[in-house]
Amino acid sequence: MTGSNEPHGGHDHSHNDFQPDIKEPTENWEFLEIALRELLVDKGVLSAREIQDEIETWEKKSPEKGAEIVAKAWVDEKFKARLLEDANQTIREFGIEVEVLKMVALENTPELHHVVVCTLCSCYPRPILGVPPLWYKSKQYRSRVIREPRAVLQEFGTTLSDDTEIRVVDSTADCRYLVIPTRPVGTEKMTETELAKLITRDSMIGTAQARDPIGKRS
Amino acid sequence: MSDQFKVGSKVRITNAYPPGHIRTPFFLRGKEGLIIRHFGKYPNPERLAYGLNGLPKLNLYQVLFDMETTWQGDGSFSSKDTLTADIYETWLELI
Amino acid sequence: MKNRLISDIGGLPDGPLDLSEHEPTMTERRIDAMMMLLRAKPRSFWASDENRRTIESLEPDTYKKSEYYERWVLAMKELLIEKAILTEAEIENKLKEVRSRMEQS
Repeated sequence: MTGSNEPHGGHDHSHNDFQPDIKEPTENWEFLEIALRELLVDKGVLSAREIQDEIETWEKKSPEKGAEIVAKAWVDEKFKARLLEDANQTIREFGIEVEVLKMVALENTPELHHVVVCTLCSCYPRPILGVPPLWYKSKQYRSRVIREPRAVLQEFGTTLSDDTEIRVVDSTADCRYLVIPTRPVGTEKMTETELAKLITRDSMIGTAQARDPIGKRS
Repeated sequence: MSDQFKVGSKVRITNAYPPGHIRTPFFLRGKEGLIIRHFGKYPNPERLAYGLNGLPKLNLYQVLFDMETTWQGDGSFSSKDTLTADIYETWLELI
Repeated sequence: MKNRLISDIGGLPDGPLDLSEHEPTMTERRIDAMMMLLRAKPRSFWASDENRRTIESLEPDTYKKSEYYERWVLAMKELLIEKAILTEAEIENKLKEVRSRMEQS
């Protein structure tokens, strides 16, 4: 990425794997981004290289690490206990260092189903799950899930029995939450790697259950 | 006094509406709940928000609320459903 | 009068969720990246809480109608001025220059 923005569809000819929207800035706030960035780079406050590196760092993050952690918690009771006791310490084993914030793992069971939200902004366990989905940051989700969890989960195709307690967890402070979804029936013989494939991002937020293994009939 | 709150304490969220950066949701002011977790001490976000150091640190708790009571039946939830929020000690009163 | 932050929306009525996902634009990625770089170590120009506070200080109308990253870039502008890293005048001048460049294309 070059330091200045080319107005005539200045495509990014870099070696990046992703193909982002080649959308020309048209809104005032997009022009503001250009203005601020150029000023900051001109003054040596930031460099174009750093900005690009930071973008690429976040591009690489995905919920995969989260799924690995959950899969291990499913197969290893002692690991799960440690994760529930001190998630910050336990996720270090996966190369994730979280310093200031407190990571907390929440276990879903048939009796208790957690769903995470940040009603006040969009706090999300980024170190484990990467960037949050657009709907998580939306006003609709933030306003409604804390009061209408059943209707909102329905929109995700998730229905829970009235006997299950849905607990909506609002991340209002320094904690970030990771949901350990309920392990699906019929997965007893699966390896950790196979299990990780069933663990979706939405199941680690709580708006969905983990996937059922292929071929399983409910 | 910091020692008055512990896991299992029944609390009410202070029914105040001060200006500034507040992390206690509006919908919880004056509501009653139960402390289910003590996270430890963290700097005060109300002061961090203005470039201050937020010290002394405050005790932070996870407080559990019953949906039925909190929303007075108005919402989409079943009778067992609950919600939690992470609240700093300055917003709690023992019931 | 009960103060309620514009961002404090838990429990307010709203419409159905849009579950679609789309790749963020380069503008959005850059805003995200710049925010991280300015806030985190080694620069630590401001705390996350200051970012939240500036977003909460936006005009209610702006907050309601704006995109997520629009709010972030407005907050970033505010904080850069507050911390005397950039001046309002510099930003306005640069914006004029950027706009006329865009119009010429």
